[in-house]
Amino acid sequence: MNQNPLLRVNNIEVVYEHVILVLKGVSLEVPEGGLVALLGANGAGKSTTLKAISNLLRAERGEVTKGVIEFMGNRIDRKDAAEVVRRGIVQVMEGRRKFEHLTVEDDLLTGAYSRRDTHLVKKDLDLVYSYFPRLAERRNVKTGYISGGEQQMVVIGRALMARPKLMLLDEPSMGLAPLLVQEIFDIVVRLNREEKVAILLAEQNAAMALQVARYGYIMENGRLVLDGDADTLRDNEDVREFYLGLTEIGKKSYRNVKHYKRRKRWLT
Amino acid sequence: MIFAIEVAIGGLLVGVMYSLVALGFVLIYKSSGVFNFAQGDMTLLAALALVGFLTIFPLWLAILAALVLMIALAIAIEAIVLRPLVARPPLALFMATIGLGFFLQGIGQGIWGTDPKGLDIGISDIPFKIKGLLISQFDLAGGALAGGLVFALVWFFQKSRTGRALRAVSDDHEAALSVGIPLRRAWAISWAIAGLVALVAGIMWGSRLGVQFSLSLIALKALPILILGGIDSIPGAIIAGLVVGASENLAEVFLGPYVGGGIQTFFPYLLALVVLWFKPYGMFGREIIERV
Repeated sequence: MNQNPLLRVNNIEVVYEHVILVLKGVSLEVPEGGLVALLGANGAGKSTTLKAISNLLRAERGEVTKGVIEFMGNRIDRKDAAEVVRRGIVQVMEGRRKFEHLTVEDDLLTGAYSRRDTHLVKKDLDLVYSYFPRLAERRNVKTGYISGGEQQMVVIGRALMARPKLMLLDEPSMGLAPLLVQEIFDIVVRLNREEKVAILLAEQNAAMALQVARYGYIMENGRLVLDGDADTLRDNEDVREFYLGLTEIGKKSYRNVKHYKRRKRWLT
Repeated sequence: MIFAIEVAIGGLLVGVMYSLVALGFVLIYKSSGVFNFAQGDMTLLAALALVGFLTIFPLWLAILAALVLMIALAIAIEAIVLRPLVARPPLALFMATIGLGFFLQGIGQGIWGTDPKGLDIGISDIPFKIKGLLISQFDLAGGALAGGLVFALVWFFQKSRTGRALRAVSDDHEAALSVGIPLRRAWAISWAIAGLVALVAGIMWGSRLGVQFSLSLIALKALPILILGGIDSIPGAIIAGLVVGASENLAEVFLGPYVGGGIQTFFPYLLALVVLWFKPYGMFGREIIERV
């Protein structure tokens, strides 16, 4: 890809509780201002990869045991989570982890905790409200009481308040109605384009993710199995079959599913 | 009637001082989700240290030295007790605070001795009269001090950037970490504040009851207050403290004679039980928000 990517993950291995090996030899890159998708089924290792980058792993007793993670040319795999945020990487964790007893506005403001330029925070709050006008209406409501879509907006907006160079988005579509998913993804694309925030997007919803991303990686069982431009991936037969649910003749009918499994080409 | 008002006011002023003890629990619980069993022992340690420092320093310097000690203790507790237990079940942390309590008690008594000591901070306990009411000067000073501290704490938690971060930590550790709030510092800060509260409580209770082992047992007074007010509510701790203080005094004086007296010690628990029937999170406790 790029000569000097914003983020370079080089051959990392992640171990939980000192014994459980969950990631094996994962390497990926995110270019400056890029929008990269990380696809895979449940338990493939997407969230672990993101947590390895943001170093939230340590809070779950996980550890990067091999390999290197570089951000803007500096190693970050030994830095603690707060330091990683200060350097410009914010993770939006899956499951809409809002602070439920804080009001929408307070919740958004916690995102600016690591910043030194406190006089610009107010301006950025207005910026977040301009992307998510619904949050402006609900600014004094506790986040525990707003709808799921609004909660997802709060956590994305909160991440934006840290003014990151790279946002790690973990399953923003989870548990949301298709229309809302579309709305959230539209905003993600706008943030990427207008605010120049690079985005690494972990998703199970491969169709949606490949629609917005320019490059994609596919994970299975803690390894990367395939990567390429989003268009190339969309046309790959295995991806079409296993991740997009399509065959050559279009939508798959489950009436015709045979009992044997199609062999994935990338497994040898 | 005048007598009843005097009893009530006396109870309220003592209640503020109960609140002070309960507040220490609330602060730790809010930020780390731990019921800090060592709060009573921290109060004892703070009072013992203050008495110890008073033999070498003037009053203001001794208070300052005790405060520095409590802050250093908070930082040490974070590094030695809390950090290795990150992401362990809350029960493990709770057990750790029990151990910590015994440790602090032992250390304090080891250094400064087990004999009861007097603590004189220069406020005399002579009652004075306002409009025919007899009010204890000492209780009034204690009430004012505790009230001021409480206002400062409420402001800190609701309005300041750090206070907001601490509230975020109490809602979701990991999410707080993900937005760049350093958990270690957040914990050290909340334990330091709990240490400050312990010191103030130690000063007030120590000069009232004398500084000795039984000082750590005033933590037991905090339990019904926590149940009444809700374990994670600062205003709850204050109001419940007032309620407990006033009601136990009134109950002792007016109900006591009919049942043989001595109901002061258990009346707050009875009250707490009744409140639990109607408000399971306490009067001001944070409800568990569940959307279905």
